[in-house]
Amino acid sequence: MNTAITILIDGLSYASWLFIVALGLTLVFGVLKILNIAHGSFYALGAYAAASLVGWFATLNFAPQWSLVAMLLAAIAVALIFAPLTERYLLRFFYGRDEVLLVLVTYALFLILEDVTKLIWGANPYYVSEPYALFGNVEIGTQVYVGYDFMLMVIAVIVGLAVWWGLNCTRHGKIVLAVIHSEEVAASMGVNVSRVYLLAFSAGIFLAALGGAFTAPLISVQPGVSVGVIIVSFAVVIIGGLGSIEGAAIGALIVGLARSFAVHVMPEIELFSIYIVMALVLIVRPEGLFQRIQARKI
Amino acid sequence: MQSIPLTPAPVAVPYAPRRTLALLVGIASIAALIIGGAFMPRWLVFLLTMAASHGLVSLGIVLLMRGGVVSFGQGLVFSVGGYAAALTFNKLGITDALGLALMGGVAALVVAAPFAPLLARYRGIFFAMLTLALSMVCYGALVKTNALGGSDGFNMGRPTLFGQTLADERVAYVLYGVTIAVAGIFALMAHVYFHSTRGLVTLAVRENELRVEYLGGSVKQAMGINYLLAAFAGGVGGALTVMSLGHIDPNFSFWTTSGEFVFVAILAGWQSVLAVFIASTLLEVVRSFSSLYFPNTWQLSLGLFLLVMIRFLPRGIGSLWVDRSAKGDRS
Repeated sequence: MNTAITILIDGLSYASWLFIVALGLTLVFGVLKILNIAHGSFYALGAYAAASLVGWFATLNFAPQWSLVAMLLAAIAVALIFAPLTERYLLRFFYGRDEVLLVLVTYALFLILEDVTKLIWGANPYYVSEPYALFGNVEIGTQVYVGYDFMLMVIAVIVGLAVWWGLNCTRHGKIVLAVIHSEEVAASMGVNVSRVYLLAFSAGIFLAALGGAFTAPLISVQPGVSVGVIIVSFAVVIIGGLGSIEGAAIGALIVGLARSFAVHVMPEIELFSIYIVMALVLIVRPEGLFQRIQARKI
Repeated sequence: MQSIPLTPAPVAVPYAPRRTLALLVGIASIAALIIGGAFMPRWLVFLLTMAASHGLVSLGIVLLMRGGVVSFGQGLVFSVGGYAAALTFNKLGITDALGLALMGGVAALVVAAPFAPLLARYRGIFFAMLTLALSMVCYGALVKTNALGGSDGFNMGRPTLFGQTLADERVAYVLYGVTIAVAGIFALMAHVYFHSTRGLVTLAVRENELRVEYLGGSVKQAMGINYLLAAFAGGVGGALTVMSLGHIDPNFSFWTTSGEFVFVAILAGWQSVLAVFIASTLLEVVRSFSSLYFPNTWQLSLGLFLLVMIRFLPRGIGSLWVDRSAKGDRS
């Protein structure tokens, strides 16, 4: 029973940050039709920026609660600096090209950002311990769990609801949906498509960086964190169906629980449990769980 | 509105004499490369060996690209080929370089065979992701298998050729010769295949697969066979690589390795076989020089190089001469 609860809580906490990151990935794909390999690099940038900012706040003798604000600010800063640069000066030149070519463009960006993060922050690991202890411990049965994990779940739910609400219940969101549906028609109705692209890309990068910032206390922030995240978040959006919020949520839950089950019950398959799940889902539902069937060209 | 011509458009007939010429030029270049290797500095011999053996894997991807799909998981067959060759050497005692290369190809074929009918149903990003998932499952399994050295991998000894042991000063050159010869033969066979009926059906699938089926062709069969051929080439490439490196580890199956193969394939474009090996050499050159001159920022230089190439040659290096000759054919 205790193991089952541990698997559930570990899985949910893993699924929480993964959902935030994957949501950004799926949003960028939905609007810009780009499967962004560099998404993991923005996650890493978020984590590094959070580590620096939390450290800086600590040297200014701010109360530990401020570290949460620092993490949020770090994610905003990454989105504000890197999203316009990337979208305006790189991706813009490649819109409408073959999707594999676009994947490769983001692969190049991933390579560049790997070295950029190393140049800025060096190769040594960073640790962000302050926020982790903020929420105390929670006792369930005989086991003790860290409160921060539950806080992550709450943040994931808030982020998910906010994005859903933003897309479906606001004017800007509806414009984004119109662009997703048909950018040509949207443009002919007077929508500034290029602005929508920039906004959607920035939101996607913000979510990646937010995921990175809030997981920074759980990991050691060092070169290589981006590599693992990319493929796992790909798995999530592929399982759920590209461009679907519900899909990202279900995909994150499936991946989170599968991984945590593997860690606690069959550690030897931990590394590839996620990919087995992804392969199985693709075999049964070739377009993911929440993807609409698309018409074939004749 | 465009007027419809009353006379039927001339049908492009494969131009046999020119293809024979291309094959002869190919054979001559392979011979020239092998002879030229004797006069090359050691680093260049190694660089070209790696370029040719890696180029084989990318050749497989180009084969798939002609059908409109790209595999992001060729690391799977690359590593299976490499591990099969290294294990055959260490455990079975077969040491012949050509035998090991064949072993790598066959092993990759056997591993890929069950997935071929399944993968033949997938297109676009889903094909890419499913192949990626398979290669990452392989990576995970290799890291966890202690009998195969886990994440450190293991070493293999020095292969022989036709029963001859290879001396220290000759080994690099002989392996270079074997790699160039094998890769060259594959390249020539690919050239023939691209212009064969099935090769042309593959191109038709890329344009419009529903039409191919209406005309009586089997899309699934074409895609399945292409995947298997790509797997065989990838396996041989893995075996040749591990023979020259003398070491193998699970990174052969990691997604960044697969990414580099895709990079070479895209850089080459799908029109030309020769372009694949040029692109592969170019990548090796950029990688070696940037790691020599910019040891801390070689990934950055590689990324910039990639971006520049995609920006200015979006259809690949092959488009430099293939497009031009296609225009010449029409006039």
